[in-house]
Amino acid sequence: MTANLSAIFYLISGILFILALRGLSSPETSRQGNFFGILGMIIAITVTFLSTGNFSTGFVYVLIFLLIGGLIGAFIAYKIPMTAMPELVAGFHSLVGLAAVFVAISAFLNPEAFNLGSQGNIKLSSLVEMSIGAAIGAITFSGSIIAFLKLRGIMSGSPITFKGQHYVNLLLSLSIIVLIFYLCKTQSDSIFWIIIGISFLLGFLLIIPIGGADMPVVISMLNSYSGWAAAGIGFTLENTALIITGALVGSSGAILSYIMCKGMNRSFFNVILGGFGATEQSSLSQNKDRKPVKAGNAEDAAFLIKNASSVIIVPGYGMAVAQAQHALREMVDTLKKNDIKVSYAIHPVAGRMPGHMNVLLAEANVPYDEVFELEEINNDFANADVAFVIGANDVTNPAAKTDPQSPIYGMPVLDVEKCKSVLFVKRSLSPGYAGVDNELFYRDNTLMLFADAKKMTGDITKNL
Amino acid sequence: MEIDPFIFRLSIFILSIFIGYYIVWSVTPSLHTPLMSVTNAISSVIIVGAIIAGLSGDSKSIFNTSSIFGFLAISLAAINIFGGFLVTQRMLQMYKKKRKINKHDS
Repeated sequence: MTANLSAIFYLISGILFILALRGLSSPETSRQGNFFGILGMIIAITVTFLSTGNFSTGFVYVLIFLLIGGLIGAFIAYKIPMTAMPELVAGFHSLVGLAAVFVAISAFLNPEAFNLGSQGNIKLSSLVEMSIGAAIGAITFSGSIIAFLKLRGIMSGSPITFKGQHYVNLLLSLSIIVLIFYLCKTQSDSIFWIIIGISFLLGFLLIIPIGGADMPVVISMLNSYSGWAAAGIGFTLENTALIITGALVGSSGAILSYIMCKGMNRSFFNVILGGFGATEQSSLSQNKDRKPVKAGNAEDAAFLIKNASSVIIVPGYGMAVAQAQHALREMVDTLKKNDIKVSYAIHPVAGRMPGHMNVLLAEANVPYDEVFELEEINNDFANADVAFVIGANDVTNPAAKTDPQSPIYGMPVLDVEKCKSVLFVKRSLSPGYAGVDNELFYRDNTLMLFADAKKMTGDITKNL
Repeated sequence: MEIDPFIFRLSIFILSIFIGYYIVWSVTPSLHTPLMSVTNAISSVIIVGAIIAGLSGDSKSIFNTSSIFGFLAISLAAINIFGGFLVTQRMLQMYKKKRKINKHDS
């Protein structure tokens, strides 16, 4: 296959990838979009085989390794529970990053195979591109591993900080740039390995100071990095499909990070510099602990809900932890039989990754047209009878609107306090991730339901 | 003076960033998780580089340092491709519309 013909096919596969993302603008077209993505991938791989024209023993090994990876991937995809999506995505990011590093290493060691010159005499532009690809890939890899461990709970979600952390990171970033410059001058193997080593370290140091609830930003950011790494390799290989995909994924991750930061009313730098929530325990919360709280049981809650005509459910990360989504949907089914109108309100940063709650509700067979985003539903709270807050806290805190001293001031919140009554399913009175006390707990029209979310929801259903 | 082919690739890259920008903003927020898993899958098109690397050894020495890294990268990317597309498929199949029987509300 000629180089020109394969370039055209790579372009087609790039276009199919664009269409794959385009499909996600609505759930109806999304499945077709995914099909386009698969088609694009098949074209890209087939064209690569045809253009190398090498069907010797090496080809058999390529197929074997492809099959091994494919089987592992398919196995994971079918086995993974939906609550574990954040760590799965983090894990997948790390693989893209590591693959980028490995491809860059092979290209560096054997530039003839990639038409990049000869060993010790690699084209200057290719050398810059592959070292950038390798560096970002390595940062993505080690950063994603940390994100994975934190999400999986193997590593504590609390921020790990030390003095001068940011200067160390800055120094490491600068040294990568300087070393790339020297690599171009000397073409030395050892400098290339040092760049990769420093990048691994940098990725690790970048993610450890970031707390558990900032993970939506971290995952999106690493998604973006994996895209830029792919684009860097795409430039090295002069491959259009990779360049287009890298750009798409890079901007996709960047936009998602932006949306997540906006959902928390924090700047991107504030999040990546980390340490949020570690020292914010204000003295205010201690004073408020004395205030009386109305606590209820499942019967009280069932009584309130049964007499409502419309209920809005506000799910949060706690629902995912308690795996309560199925129990919740059963409760809603009972409510619907009693002609009670039910809708779901999703805050942009609910859960541990963008769209996490939506997937969990979809898994529990909740139709997607009953699920609304913050802007769509926030005006409806005033007309609703009951707000059922399950596993969410900070995203409902009115202090974000009223108290300029609060660390979460300015963050968009769901106006649950406008409902006639508010039910809070929560394990304890402990403040949320931001370390801020929620004044909603102490209001007269709030009923606290202290229990495991799954058990409480089940008990309410029994009492309906 | 001729234009360096790099400039053409750079143009493709910049224009694709713009396409990505507008397309991703049009993605509905409820599908942001599938968006992440599918971008994961498509960024593994990096496998084309891995395949070239894996096939770089000659018939006498299929396994040299360069091709071994290639083979490993093939497996890593393949995990992502299969895992990413299949898990996206699995998620998208769960997104259903309201059944008409359920439509009690006015």
